Amino acid sequence: MSTLRNMRQNLPVIAPIVALVVLILIGIALNPNFLSYANITNVLARSAFIGIIAIGMTFVITAGGLDLSVGSMAAFVAGLMILVMNLLTDSMGQGLPVIVIGIGLALAVGILAGFINGILITRAGIEAFILTLGTMGIYRSLVTWLADGGTLSLGYEMREMYRPVYYGGIMGLSWPIIVFAALAILGEITMRHTAFGRHCAAIGSNEKVARYSSVAVTRVKLATYVLLGLLVGIAVVMYVPRLGSASATTGLLWELEAIAAVIIGGTLLKGGFGRVWGTVVGVLILSLIGNLLNLTDVVSPYLNGAIQGVVIILAVVLQRNTGTAR
Amino acid sequence: MKKTLIATTALIGLTAMPALSETIGISIPAATHGWAGALNFHAERTVERLKEANPDLDFVLTTTSDPGQQVSDLEDMVATRGIDALVVLPFESEPLTGPIQRIADSGVWVTVVDRGLAQKGIEDLYVAGDNDSFGRTAGTYFADTLDEGAKIVVMRGIASTVDNERVAGFEAALDGSGIEVLAMDHGNWNRDTAFNLMQDYLSRFPEIDAVWAADDDMAVGALAAIEQAGREGEMIVVGGAGMKEMVDRIRNNDETVPVNVTYPPAMISTAIEMTAMGLTSGAPFSGDFIIASQLITPENAEDFYFEDSPY
Repeated sequence: MSTLRNMRQNLPVIAPIVALVVLILIGIALNPNFLSYANITNVLARSAFIGIIAIGMTFVITAGGLDLSVGSMAAFVAGLMILVMNLLTDSMGQGLPVIVIGIGLALAVGILAGFINGILITRAGIEAFILTLGTMGIYRSLVTWLADGGTLSLGYEMREMYRPVYYGGIMGLSWPIIVFAALAILGEITMRHTAFGRHCAAIGSNEKVARYSSVAVTRVKLATYVLLGLLVGIAVVMYVPRLGSASATTGLLWELEAIAAVIIGGTLLKGGFGRVWGTVVGVLILSLIGNLLNLTDVVSPYLNGAIQGVVIILAVVLQRNTGTAR
Repeated sequence: MKKTLIATTALIGLTAMPALSETIGISIPAATHGWAGALNFHAERTVERLKEANPDLDFVLTTTSDPGQQVSDLEDMVATRGIDALVVLPFESEPLTGPIQRIADSGVWVTVVDRGLAQKGIEDLYVAGDNDSFGRTAGTYFADTLDEGAKIVVMRGIASTVDNERVAGFEAALDGSGIEVLAMDHGNWNRDTAFNLMQDYLSRFPEIDAVWAADDDMAVGALAAIEQAGREGEMIVVGGAGMKEMVDRIRNNDETVPVNVTYPPAMISTAIEMTAMGLTSGAPFSGDFIIASQLITPENAEDFYFEDSPY
């Protein structure tokens, strides 16, 4: 009896893990190559971009905010980074300094873009949804404009030099996986065990009470957007070496995938509660669905979006139905 | 026929009074993928060139990202700019047919580019690539060069008429060749999607002899995934549309990328130039102008390499 009650209470907590395990079992049943080393590392590495962004998104949403601009922001930062690196190669020649400056620039622009979002939301009091909808359009247009409507490509030699950042790694794990894992652990610790993480949850559940409890509401909210901007920058640093290019379609719908991953993971969309490990599971669920659909012919490829939709809804329903106790 | 007559009469009237300036409206999809980007590049360049050559010509260029917005753009052009001719690449055939018909009925010269309208006989001039031939050319190459029983995978574009016609042509060419199509999925003409899709194809099939990526953006993604898996040399990759990087690999006799199939984005220039000439010269330009897809091989690759093109 008590174990049953425990199970019932724990269901919202373990629901995303159950969904993930089910997907993995389906994968094993459908294709023997599913568990191959190559496939697993592929899925983990491709999850890293949205995963890294989703970690930041978890903090923003927990603090009652939202950011729709991250996909466009990633495209813009990637475009700018490639453009500057190509220009620097012309003047400085190829070499490590160009890569270091490129990475520094991506992180700085990410932080700046996050700061702009945050300062306008907290100081000018613009609704996060509307403001980031606006910046989403701005960054998307800017990258199209930078690329002259086409594709910005990193010069061949620089691409070869920068390539190991995506494809290389240590002990059989590529860098995007390592960085994603490290950031996820750091994120989880920050959310659970630091004042900042607690303040995010406090602000998200009741901003007024948080303010009366002398939480620096404005500063903490601003910090969540800046943190998200920085993580977008880190995601771009990992993304650019993969194909060495950025275009108007780079990062399309990343914001929605990141938000979906956060919600699947059990963070409340209205704020007040967030968990980073859940977000990681959410991201893996989303990439696994795409991977599974590519590995089989069971469903028509026209229906991929529908399958994704059903799994997202199921994962959330599983948590909500039983999740009264929190 | 009647429309052509009206347009021609208008043209005769024009040659009598050359001082009157003419406005050409151009409506094309926004640069959402490489090919459309090149389309925008060529459209802008042609407009600049024509403006310099003919000071009497005026242009309105709009780019749209969905059919609804395109209809609004067209309405604005007619209402506020009083265009005399329209060059339009319909975002989708069905929803644009009615609005374009109304514009044609009002006496504006209409040139439709690439995507045909749902009803015949609306446009004065139709300039297009040949999607069936695009797929067929790639299919024929596979049928001619691959052995019987060879295994291939196919990356389709965004689900659309264009994609369906290409795949139909491709399958028709493969028919009876004994080549086995292992899988066909949508790579959406996108590098990242194609990269992920190719990774998954590689995990799923131990033996792949050829990849039809159907578009060079997807070919770029597929090649990166093949390189990552260290399976270069096992398979060939045939893209399409003649991207600069691909043509460069072909002319350097790359083993993985032996050929490519053209689908020139510069067809927008053909359409604008012909429309402008029709307006200014009075020479007849109505009818269909179909640009066939050609196979780019190491022998002729030099003719298809354009140094300053963005695509």
